[in-house]
Amino acid sequence: MSGHTEVGNYLTHPKGFWSWVTTIDHKRIGIMYMATTMTFFFIGGIFALLVRLELLTPGLTVMSADTYNKFFTYHGAIMVFMFIIPIIPAALGNFFLPIMIGAKDVAFPRLNLASYYIFISGAALAVWALMAHGADTGWTFYTPYSIRTNTSVVLVALGVFVMGFSSILTGLNFITTVHKLRCPGMTFYRMPLFVWAVYATAIIQVLATPVIGITTLLLVMERVLKIGIFDPALGGDAVLFQHFFWFYSHPAVYIMILPGMGIISEVIPVFARKHIFGYKAIAYSSLAIAGISFIVWGHHMFVSGQSPLANLLFSVLTMFVAIPTAIKVFNWTATLYKGSISLKTPMLYAVSFLFMFTIGGLTGLFLAALSVDVHLHDTYFVVAHFHYVMMGGTVMGLLAGLHYWWPKMFGKMYNEWGGKISWALIFIGFNMTFFTQFFLGYLGMPRRYYDYPPQYAGLNMISTIGSWFLFAGFLLMLIYFIRSFFSKEKAADNPWGGKTLEWQIPSPPTEHNFHETPTVTGKPYDYGVVKL
Amino acid sequence: MIAMLLFQWRLPQASNFAPMVDRLFDFILWFSIISFLIIVVGMVFFLFKYWRKKIPEDKSAYITGHTKTEMSVAFFLLVVVMVIFYWGWIDYKAMKTAPEDALEINVIARQWLWQFQYADGKMLTNELVVPKDKPVSLIMTSQDVLHSFYVPDFRIKQDVLPKMYTNVWFVANKTGPYQVFCAEYCGTSHSQMLAKVKVLEPDDFEQWQMTGELPEGMETKVAPAEASAAVSGAAASTQGEPLAEKGKTLFSNKGCTACHSVTGAAGVGPTLKGLFGHPVELVDGQKVNVDENYIRQSITEPQSNMVKGFQPIMPTFKGQLSEEEINALISFIKSLK
Amino acid sequence: MNHAVTHPVPHHFDSAEQAFQASKLGVWLFLVTEILLFGGLFVAYTIFRGLYPATFHEASHHLNKVLGSINTVVLICSSLSMALGVDRVRQNDPNKAHQYMLLTLFFAVCFLIIKYVEYTHKFHEGLLPGAHFTFAGLKDDPKAPLFFSLYFMMTGLHGIHVLVGMGLIAWVLIRSNRGEFSSGYYTPVELVGIYWHLVDLIWIYLFPLLYLIG
Ligand code: HEA
Ligand code: HEA
Ligand code: HEC
Ligand code: CUA
Ligand SMILES: [Cu+2]
Repeated sequence: MSGHTEVGNYLTHPKGFWSWVTTIDHKRIGIMYMATTMTFFFIGGIFALLVRLELLTPGLTVMSADTYNKFFTYHGAIMVFMFIIPIIPAALGNFFLPIMIGAKDVAFPRLNLASYYIFISGAALAVWALMAHGADTGWTFYTPYSIRTNTSVVLVALGVFVMGFSSILTGLNFITTVHKLRCPGMTFYRMPLFVWAVYATAIIQVLATPVIGITTLLLVMERVLKIGIFDPALGGDAVLFQHFFWFYSHPAVYIMILPGMGIISEVIPVFARKHIFGYKAIAYSSLAIAGISFIVWGHHMFVSGQSPLANLLFSVLTMFVAIPTAIKVFNWTATLYKGSISLKTPMLYAVSFLFMFTIGGLTGLFLAALSVDVHLHDTYFVVAHFHYVMMGGTVMGLLAGLHYWWPKMFGKMYNEWGGKISWALIFIGFNMTFFTQFFLGYLGMPRRYYDYPPQYAGLNMISTIGSWFLFAGFLLMLIYFIRSFFSKEKAADNPWGGKTLEWQIPSPPTEHNFHETPTVTGKPYDYGVVKL
Repeated sequence: MIAMLLFQWRLPQASNFAPMVDRLFDFILWFSIISFLIIVVGMVFFLFKYWRKKIPEDKSAYITGHTKTEMSVAFFLLVVVMVIFYWGWIDYKAMKTAPEDALEINVIARQWLWQFQYADGKMLTNELVVPKDKPVSLIMTSQDVLHSFYVPDFRIKQDVLPKMYTNVWFVANKTGPYQVFCAEYCGTSHSQMLAKVKVLEPDDFEQWQMTGELPEGMETKVAPAEASAAVSGAAASTQGEPLAEKGKTLFSNKGCTACHSVTGAAGVGPTLKGLFGHPVELVDGQKVNVDENYIRQSITEPQSNMVKGFQPIMPTFKGQLSEEEINALISFIKSLK
Repeated sequence: MNHAVTHPVPHHFDSAEQAFQASKLGVWLFLVTEILLFGGLFVAYTIFRGLYPATFHEASHHLNKVLGSINTVVLICSSLSMALGVDRVRQNDPNKAHQYMLLTLFFAVCFLIIKYVEYTHKFHEGLLPGAHFTFAGLKDDPKAPLFFSLYFMMTGLHGIHVLVGMGLIAWVLIRSNRGEFSSGYYTPVELVGIYWHLVDLIWIYLFPLLYLIG
């Protein structure tokens, strides 16, 4: 496999800046997405550090209340719309989904590039609006506050609207690719679980995102034309906005987590050298989660004044979503049993996913229980819950995938010790930052609070110090990843012994992935079959 | 310093709901701890037991799954989450049904303070005084954006919306001042939108109602420790005429008497005697129960719930009455038994 | 033979059939997202109509039923001519196809002109969305402006779709003029046709909901 003679790899084969910005190669588009969204992660992270810095002590620490309100809005909006929703599908999914099903590209390569530029335009618009005029509504844009505030909600909302289109087009592209471009022998049940996960995600992207589109559009109209649909002063209904918003944003949390779960389903079998436990259950549970995710949005609104009957329904439906998730978690753990495990960096991230996502998911049950949510809603308990699932879940999955596929994407290996140390810093820092917040929340500290009564001071201080560990960990990671580009050593084509198609081609892959369309004859995780 | 970090981790339980919520919280907590341990202890155990220091061969047990185990685990969990759901719902239902004899207090929220309006005309800012062991029901509305009335020690929370009423009730069962937070983001001073609920012994409460004097230790004073940090919005109070009285005056001043009798005789408009709490029939045949929201709507948007048998001639009073005045009118209409 | 030269199957497809099927699936998915986009507005409409049935009933009398009906017919005709146009392309009959597509464009323009007449009339009367509502006849029904907010949002968004559709038809018309399509390759025409039918279909729902409830 190493004799790639006639063509160079995708990184160097057509050369030059222009060939990158006009590329329709899914791998290059994936890389461009990755660079962009990771940049947004760092920017969002810096705002998080500033938010935490302000909360180091009660009262004014470094900034005014208005600044604080803007900063947590920037943090939330950037992290959600510009980082966590696009990154795994659009970066890693773009790169690996076609290769994993033996295709030469996604179904609509030009659309793929277009969706990248749409994303960039939307993000640029939103970021420009944030920097130039600010926005202080929180990432949720609740009306009527978002109608009244004199910050630039209109432009930010338009930015979100535009980015939504990009997400839709990516999802549409992936669904079509999975249906129409699988190589001979690649039946649905032979698809790697990452592909299943991205496929389920794509369904949510296509079905839910238009709703946030119309919601942001209505919000814009509300501000520009005063149409009054969400404005009680004009006869509209403020809570209707919340329904619209969560109808998208709840499924969106599964847009965030499913691809991360997909990565975990790849990494665990490879590093345990073992067949995945319950392939079909994991594959179908992704679809089940995607399906149920559309009918639980009201659990964000238990105290909004919606009818008790609606609350009853949303509470019970939310409980159902825990079951397919639980099946996945048990199956991953069971996969480790009688494996042959190596604890490399990707695996460390995968097992910390299990550790932290479980905490995040289980605390979701507290929030889904009606009477308990009355107490916990809009407190730091919720903040801790969603960081445990988004950061402890999705970001851990992302980092597992990034380390796992790094040698494939760039043909270079990162420093393993650097990987382990930065993992430890992130693991400790994360739990310090956010575990404390469960206590804060139970003790009643509301979220989006610039200032807090003194009884919360101790826990807040620990939390802030934890965020500095996180910073150190990510900084180290940034350094060793950049250094790996300059390393002389080439990574092997299949350093981890993976069985899926992307490991059967050179690192980095050639321009069209495969010299000739491959034919698949077996399952993706057939470890342990060949007993020596 | 260390002492500060060793925080107390249980919240005081100061209302009828607090022990209830905590019981379910603890149940989920223990269940979660057990599931977490099963998963994480299992995981760590496997990691160490099957850890190969050298790059491992493809040597492992060929196990692809076990549908029966998966199904039974899923079924067991389903039962557990249904228990959690049902338990949460039962408790929540109790939180939603205020007893008849509850003491009613109007709450008006605005950026960024709380106003509490009593039936006897008292108007307090950022300070709510209630008797111990007696159900209290708050009828809340907002003048601007969303807010949320939150008392952690009571485990109650309810969003407060503009142009309509929402309700929350509780029985405080320990005396003392308790913190009220605004839990829905509402702009610049969201975190300063604080108030105190002061729970008094019933005798002291009566005393307070007569003289406006709070017992020892409950005065509107900012505790020294609090002075540095989150200073709760300064409390203030005024004594006006009783709410229903004020409503009565408004009722004639605003010209309602031209069309509405309070004696039972129908005029141009329906009589308002005995209206509250009873169903009325609307033009489209729908029967609705008259509550605060209904009356509010009748006053601000009369055409939106037309009573059967009457003409759409009632003018809207939207924008001509303040929240306090609407509350007073409603209070008056409620008193017409 | 000729079209195979102008339209080689893109490198990542194995066959022209596969490419065609993929494009078709893609467009259908896109239409689903369009329906959901309008779906949000339909839901808002349903909720407010449920809350204020009398207002909606009353307000819909102020829409022009005659113009609305004419526009419905115009759009249905345009859908028909588009379908015929696609069929002509498929039958290797470019000249007829061009005529049909031009006819479709003509209907679309008619639709927009009529819509323009309706809008100006509404502007004139002050039947405007939300806070700008000044129409005296419904002045004391505070919910009436909501109806017109929804009316303008729904028909406005639909109007934008008509404009986009016209652009797309013009685009395939130009390409067709260059002789790019034939019975062997006509994917873009087919897809634009599907899109146009959706635009028509949405109107078919908008019309009764807004104009005919009174
Ligand atoms: C990646 C994103 C993500 C994910 C995956 C989840 C997953 C879940 N979330 Fe979370 N959630 C958010 C992101 C996410 N959430 C965000 C961002 C918010 C707040 C938004 C805002 O207001 O700003 C939020 C808020 C939120 C609320 C509203 C809280 C409030 O505002 O009052 C609720 C309430 O029901 C909830 C519930 C759940 C549940 C039940 C799950 C379930 O899917 C979890 C399922 C997982 C498990 C249960 C763990 C694994 C299983 C086991 C270990 C087996 C044993 C367990 C049993 C099944 C019994 N979430
Ligand atoms: C993907 C989602 C995501 C992620 C990853 C994070 C990550 C973090 N979040 Fe956040 N968060 C949200 C999504 C996310 N958050 C959302 C949606 C909200 C709600 C907002 C709202 O209420 O509207 C929120 C709110 C929120 C709050 C509550 C604010 C409030 O309610 O008042 C807090 C407070 O502690 C917080 C902290 C953090 C911290 C410390 C991290 C850390 O994990 C961050 C770690 C990252 C870094 C530390 C970056 C390191 C940077 C470098 C190494 C760059 C160096 C390079 C150069 C200098 C060139 N977040
Ligand atoms: C010009 C006559 C007129 C005036 C003035 C008027 N109303 Fe009315 N009101 C009516 C009529 C007619 C109805 C019944 C039709 C309807 O529901 O609009 C009504 C209905 C009501 C209802 C609902 C009664 C029910 O049986 O459900 C309430 C409450 C009410 N009015 C309160 C008031 C108050 C308070 C004022 C003064 C601030 C007021 N009205 C002033 C004519 C009037
Ligand atoms: Cu009022 Cu927050
Ligand atoms: Cu949710």
